[in-house]
Order: sequence, then structure tokens, then C-alpha cells
Amino acid sequence: MYSETVMDHFKTPRNVGRIEDADGIGEVGNPVCGDMMTITLKVKDDRIEDIKFETFGCGAAIAVSSMVTEMAKGKTLEEALKITNKSVVEQLEGLPKNKLHCSNLGADALHQAIMDYYERKEGRTGRKRRKREKVEPLEHREGRCYCPYCDVELPEEIPTCTLCGKPTEHRHE
Amino acid sequence: METIYFDHISATPLHPEVERAMIDYISHSYGNPVSQHRIGDAALEALEGAREKVGGLINANPEEVVFTSGGTESINHAIKGVAFARAEKGKHIVTSNIEHNAVLKSLRMLERMGYRVTSVSVDEFGLVDPDDVKEAITDETILVSIMHANNEIGTIEPIAEIGRITRERNIPFHCDAVASGGVIPVDVEEMGVDLLSIAANQFYGPSGVGVLYIRPKTELWPLFDGGMQESSRRGGTHNMVGIVGMGKAAELAREEMPQRMEHVLQLKKAFIDGLGFIGEVVLNGHPTQSLPNLASISVSYVEGEAMMLLLDEEGICISTRSACASGSLRASHVLLSIGRDYATAQGTLLFSFGMTNTLGEVERALETLKEVVATLRKISPLYKKKG
Repeated sequence: MYSETVMDHFKTPRNVGRIEDADGIGEVGNPVCGDMMTITLKVKDDRIEDIKFETFGCGAAIAVSSMVTEMAKGKTLEEALKITNKSVVEQLEGLPKNKLHCSNLGADALHQAIMDYYERKEGRTGRKRRKREKVEPLEHREGRCYCPYCDVELPEEIPTCTLCGKPTEHRHE
Repeated sequence: METIYFDHISATPLHPEVERAMIDYISHSYGNPVSQHRIGDAALEALEGAREKVGGLINANPEEVVFTSGGTESINHAIKGVAFARAEKGKHIVTSNIEHNAVLKSLRMLERMGYRVTSVSVDEFGLVDPDDVKEAITDETILVSIMHANNEIGTIEPIAEIGRITRERNIPFHCDAVASGGVIPVDVEEMGVDLLSIAANQFYGPSGVGVLYIRPKTELWPLFDGGMQESSRRGGTHNMVGIVGMGKAAELAREEMPQRMEHVLQLKKAFIDGLGFIGEVVLNGHPTQSLPNLASISVSYVEGEAMMLLLDEEGICISTRSACASGSLRASHVLLSIGRDYATAQGTLLFSFGMTNTLGEVERALETLKEVVATLRKISPLYKKKG
């Protein structure tokens, strides 16, 4: 089901862990969506000197986390911000269609960690960690749903697709 | 590296005697059992022999046994067949929160056509309360469908008690016994069911063949309109090789059931006893009233598909009910119904044992599982390191 590159990154993930005195932290996802990812960064001269991740999620989510950290390591912040979900998937030689949502988290977590670094640098948030996203049942959240089978956005927050009747997915913003 | 197969809830390997019976049939016979000549008659004899054997497995008369393409067809046939046949009497159906998707989606389809469905909830062990079923029944109710054993947590439902209620109210009662048929005793008389679905690939028979038991006088439309096969209850040329295999598998299941149950229960107990060493693992389903061949566990802080893939790397085949692996991207409705939170539901694995498995395999699986969980917990942001 997965490409060789995905399996390689899943089985021997790179840059696992948490940098304790990180310069930037990005936390995305929640167990309701199925995945959670935390990325911590060390920045020197506007360059990502070190980067680590922790992920709760499936094989694809772990591979995406590993790949995004490998792609970002050593890059300037400006370059790292140009890493997209799509480029991560390309580097992984693709993901099954119903797993593409996993790839969204990778670049999101990276970008959030970089934005966190900028904010700290400007002294807006100090060294306080961002509050963890509160986990609520999907039904109570606002936003749209997406059916990975029909590949369509659904106008309302509903548990099943109106077209095929299959369960929908919450769209990460 | 020896492969260990602990996924008998998904499919069982063919019993060697079933395999022999199927090969023997396919190499000598090709006739259509509805043909009125000697070649057809030979096929008819094999068909009716298989029907009798499956009837014997579930305590049904042969003429009450209808061959189908498997559990899903049987379930669709029972639910939609009754709903269509009894539409003028009412449009209300009672079911439970933890049914298989074949039941849930059949009912969802009927809802779109104007039927109403009441789904009773289950307790923390996954048990349906028969009183809830009784209360859910209205004058409009035309069908009750409750599963025998749940395929994700193994809990065995009080079918006979529900059967007494539906009899009293004279409402057709369908039971999805796909996970239990051929594994534990299934008796249509004791259970008081009017319709019952089973599949051969749960008891060492081939995939792609199943049975719908239909009690005489049950109001039911065919799902497949066509020829006169199966007394016009199911059109379509018979899958003879599959049917012969199912017949043999049913015969063997009936003979060997006590020994098989004892064997898999011993493996299940050894597996559960060994889980303590992993830590923060919960067992899903009822502690005693459950399938002897299935252990459903939820491992905290890690996701099921990731565990399954790493176990597969070590040659251990199991299944998972995490949303990520099923392709549905949503936590299992069964696990949420018994009160598991989303994160815990995502870490659910099913170990299902069979007659060729050994205690040594259980030990190796436990050791490997321990390593796999430790590896993934190291990566997990949810895992709070102790000490």
C-alpha cells in the first residue's frame, strides 16, 4: 500500500524526539482527527540548526513527520516556509489517496514552529508554550467536512458523506 | 521468519478437508444444478448435500437455508428484503449501535428511502439490553436486527431474550451471526430468530459464499431477481465450488467445535495474561460473554495501523480498528459506543486465533508487540514518560 520511501521513513524515522530548549514549537492535530504532531526547532543565524518531531498517528503520519524534518533541517527559515504538503508527498513518492490528509499535518507543524520562533523573537509570546488544542468530538466543532472517497468538500459538519454515505473527514485549516 | 496468522476474524485458511472436497468437486463436476439431466443432477446432489450440512450446523431444516455470496449479501437480503416486503405495514426498524457496516449501511440506505431506524445503545462491555429493544419497538416496527457476536470486541449479545420479545410482538428478527457462525454454537430455534446470516470464511471454508437462514413464512423479497434457484428466493447460478466447500466446512465445524473452542480460548487467555507486561492496555468487550477466538485490545498513546505495520514487518498478521487503517478516517463506531475516547479507540488491535495457532506463537507475538509499542510510544507526543 505504501511506497518504499514511506515504509523506510516509517520504520526508521529520522529526527525523533523533542528539543527541550527549543526556539520554536509547532503542535497540530488532535486524536479526533486521528493524528497529532509536535515539531521543535533550534534556530541559528536564521537557519534551522536542529529539528525534532513526535507523532501520534498511522504509518503515513509518521513518515510525513520524518520526511518534513529531514527536508527542513539545515534550511533557512525562508526556504523552510516554502516546504508544502505537496512537496513532502512528492519526496515520499506519493501517499494513498485516503492518506493524503496525513500529509497536511507535516508542513503545518513545521510552519507553526517557524511562526512560533518569529513570535518569540519579537517577544510577543515570550517562552510560554502555546496552549494545546482542546479535543472535542467532531460533531461539536465548526467547519467543513471532506469526503476522501468522493473527493468533495461538504457544506456542513456531518458524520457521513451525503453522496456515498461513507464517513467524512474533518478538514484541517 | 515464520509467519504467524492471528487474523481469523478477517478470514480463515481453508481446512485441508475442505480444500480436498472443493478440488474433488471442481475436477469432476461442472453441471448446473437446475439442469434436468444427469450432469445437472450430480450438481444438484452436491448442492443439497451442502445445504443439509449447513442446516445441521445452525439447527435449521435444509429448505430454510439459502446460499448467497457471503455475509454481506445475506445481511443486505435480510434487511432490505423484509423492509420492502413489509413496507405497507410500517417503516420502522430497530437495531443496535454496534452492528457491522453491512447492517448500518443497509439501514442508512433505507433511511434515505423514508424508513426510520431506532438504534439502541450498548453498555461498556458492548451488551445490548433486551429491555431497550422492547421499548424501541412501536406498532410501526417491521424488523429487528441485532448481531450475535460483535466482530470488533467479541461480545455475545442476549439473542434468545431478544427473540422472545420479537416473537411476542410478531416482528421478524434478523441476526447477523457472521462472526459467530461455525465458531460457537448457533441454533436458530434456541435463539428465536427468523433470519440469520453466516459466512463460510469464518470457519475454515472459502470466501465468497454464505448462507441466509429464512424461517418459513417470513415476509421477504429477493435481493437478486432472476431464475428459480433457491426456490426463487435468490436468483443466479450457484457458486457450486464455494457451496461444496461451505458444506464441508459446516460439517467439520459441527464435529470439531468443542475442541476448537477450547483450543482458541486457551490461546486467548495466554495472550490476555501476557498483556500486563506492556502496560496501559485495555481489553475491549465482555470479560466472559465473548467470542473465544478474539482478543480486542486498545493500547494507549499509539495508533493501530502503525502497530499493525510494524508487527507485519516481524511476520505477525493481525487487524486493527483504527480509523487510519480502515480507510474511513474515523474512529470505530463500536469502540466509541462502549465509551472509549478517540485516542484510545485509535490504538485498537484485534488478535483472532485459529485451530493451527500455538502457545509458542502467542508468546512470540506478545514479545514483539511489547517492542513495537515501546518503539511507537517513544515517538508519541501523548506518551508521558514516567519516573
